[in-house]
Amino acid sequence: MGQDFWTYFWVVGTFGTYIAIALWARASSTDDFYVAGHDVHPTVNGMATAADWMSAASFLSMAGLIAFLGYGGSVYLMGWTGGYVLLALLLAPFLREFGKFTVPDFVGDRYYSTTARLIAVICALFVSFTYIAGQMKGVGVAFSGFLGVEFNTGIMVGMGIVFVYAVLGGMKGITYTQVAQYCVLIFAYTVPAVFISLIVTGNPIPQLGFISDVRGEDISMLGKLNTVVTDLGFQEYTQTNKTTFDIFAITGALMFGTAGLPHVIIRFFTVSSAGAARVSAGWALVFIALLYTTAPAVASFARLNFIDTVNESTYIADDADYETEAAAIVAAGGKPTPKWFKDWEKTGLLGIEDKNGDGVIQYRAGDDNEVTKLDRDIFVMANPSIANLPAWVIGLVVAGGLAAALSTAAGLLMVISSSISHDLCRRTLFKDMSDKDELRVARASAAGAVVLAGIMGMNTAKLGFVAQVVAFAFGLAAASLFPVIVLGIFWKRMNREGAIASMLTGLISTFSYIYYFKFVNTDPADWWFGVSPEGIGFLFMFLSLAVGIVVALVTAPPPQDIQDLVEDIRVPGARKSHGIADEGMAPVPAE
Amino acid sequence: MSEPGYKIDGKGYWREVIRLTLSLLVIWFAVSYGAGILFRDLLDNLSIGGAPLGFWFAQNGSIYVFVGLIFYYCRAMNRLEKKYGVEG
Repeated sequence: MGQDFWTYFWVVGTFGTYIAIALWARASSTDDFYVAGHDVHPTVNGMATAADWMSAASFLSMAGLIAFLGYGGSVYLMGWTGGYVLLALLLAPFLREFGKFTVPDFVGDRYYSTTARLIAVICALFVSFTYIAGQMKGVGVAFSGFLGVEFNTGIMVGMGIVFVYAVLGGMKGITYTQVAQYCVLIFAYTVPAVFISLIVTGNPIPQLGFISDVRGEDISMLGKLNTVVTDLGFQEYTQTNKTTFDIFAITGALMFGTAGLPHVIIRFFTVSSAGAARVSAGWALVFIALLYTTAPAVASFARLNFIDTVNESTYIADDADYETEAAAIVAAGGKPTPKWFKDWEKTGLLGIEDKNGDGVIQYRAGDDNEVTKLDRDIFVMANPSIANLPAWVIGLVVAGGLAAALSTAAGLLMVISSSISHDLCRRTLFKDMSDKDELRVARASAAGAVVLAGIMGMNTAKLGFVAQVVAFAFGLAAASLFPVIVLGIFWKRMNREGAIASMLTGLISTFSYIYYFKFVNTDPADWWFGVSPEGIGFLFMFLSLAVGIVVALVTAPPPQDIQDLVEDIRVPGARKSHGIADEGMAPVPAE
Repeated sequence: MSEPGYKIDGKGYWREVIRLTLSLLVIWFAVSYGAGILFRDLLDNLSIGGAPLGFWFAQNGSIYVFVGLIFYYCRAMNRLEKKYGVEG
């Protein structure tokens, strides 16, 4: 069976499964549509959250990014997992106890203010659209790179699939497709990782191979990697050129940003109680950790293996007769460039230029480097072929990348559609809307959001700054949403004026800083305190907290109803309706 | 909910929750920002398998501790809820 057959086999097979699940899990009420009826099992929700969270970037790009950054890549590993501790301890159980549908619901009702709700809607929409365009672009890249389908056609196929299960099933359909997508993506990630770990270290478990010796040698894998990369003029793998303070700030922005991202928070509204939300956060992190502890191992193996096999290898220009030419090079005491390198060169993700004309590839830091193109995605994509795995595994990795992109896109779509149908229409503009009408608007806005996201995805190639603006998503979530939610739970005295001031401070300061240093003045020498735009959300989070607290202290305390509400959500099972806090919508009790 | 006439000590419960949360956050901070970032150079003098310890905490170790922290929190909260007769 050829490569194309297997790629089609997995992609069509998994897509068929997603649609079948969507038809089975249709939503019949707004409760189903927004929060999957509040009765998802904590472990199932944990798995869905893991798929929701791990995007095309986590799956395809993260290992490659770490392979190049070495220690500097740790910010992603700690940042994107440590946020779950904050979620479990500070947010998820209390927001579940609060018992409504969306993040702006909490902000609007806790701070008895339509203005606060609308600012939260703006933050949620901005964060989600930034993120979703990147997912759609990932879908287009996977299709055009592997199935020979046009980039835009690929996006349309992806849109079609998400459309079916998001519009029909809402959160309920999304939850169960995300579970299937998690299984596909984790299998596709770990199988090649096990084999590459065996090749490099002889240990089948990547996490153990990471701390083992190189196979058949008496030197640790990381020790050898450090020697090899410094010999070639690169930075030592276990070091970084970023300042400690910047690493600290970026890790912080990613952690607090993760905890404040609306599409992650709303997943915890789908379980039955505060206790279930806590356990569910634990399971989510278990499922995420499976990939996140494998990624740094894959990164180091791939970097070492790449240097071992490609550097100083004799390039075979004519691959029609690869086997005999390779044998001749070996017989002459040389090292032929591996076959997978030749195969991946065709995709444009790898490229070489024989600068000194000796027919041998030199991989170096600096101007003598002959590997002129080395896309970071290659380290995950090419793993199966590097490890000589059969064609069906390579097809599986493509399906895994698509699963990662689609599951994240679906979660973001829920935030976008509920912000419009629930927060904007039902809770702000048309307060006496019926449940049936709201469900109709929810489906329509999900449909509209899919189309808009697709169009944005198609244009990202032209815009070309998707990677740049992801910093916005985490920075804004950390500086604008996280502080008001945490203060709303842990400080009874926090009031409307403080919340509005805090969100606006976080939103405006973070947006301006990132915009200025990404698009106006890109000189790192001018960064405040040496903090890069990726990390600034962490500093402005403290500013936003401080402004919120000061403003709240000089203005009137919140009404008694609100103070009672805060007492209730702290104690599981105590939630009752409280006048102005719940007049727009009754809370859904824990079961 | 509670028996009629029995008042849940919500304030006492909440005090204990805060104490638990803060102590777990101290560990959370120590393994990531502490071991993985601030004291990395110091810890890198030690090693686990073949990996410098600080580097390992930043790329693998902290994540294992995070998982342990959340499940410990779940157990401790269940105990607290039972102790104060709060419905979990």
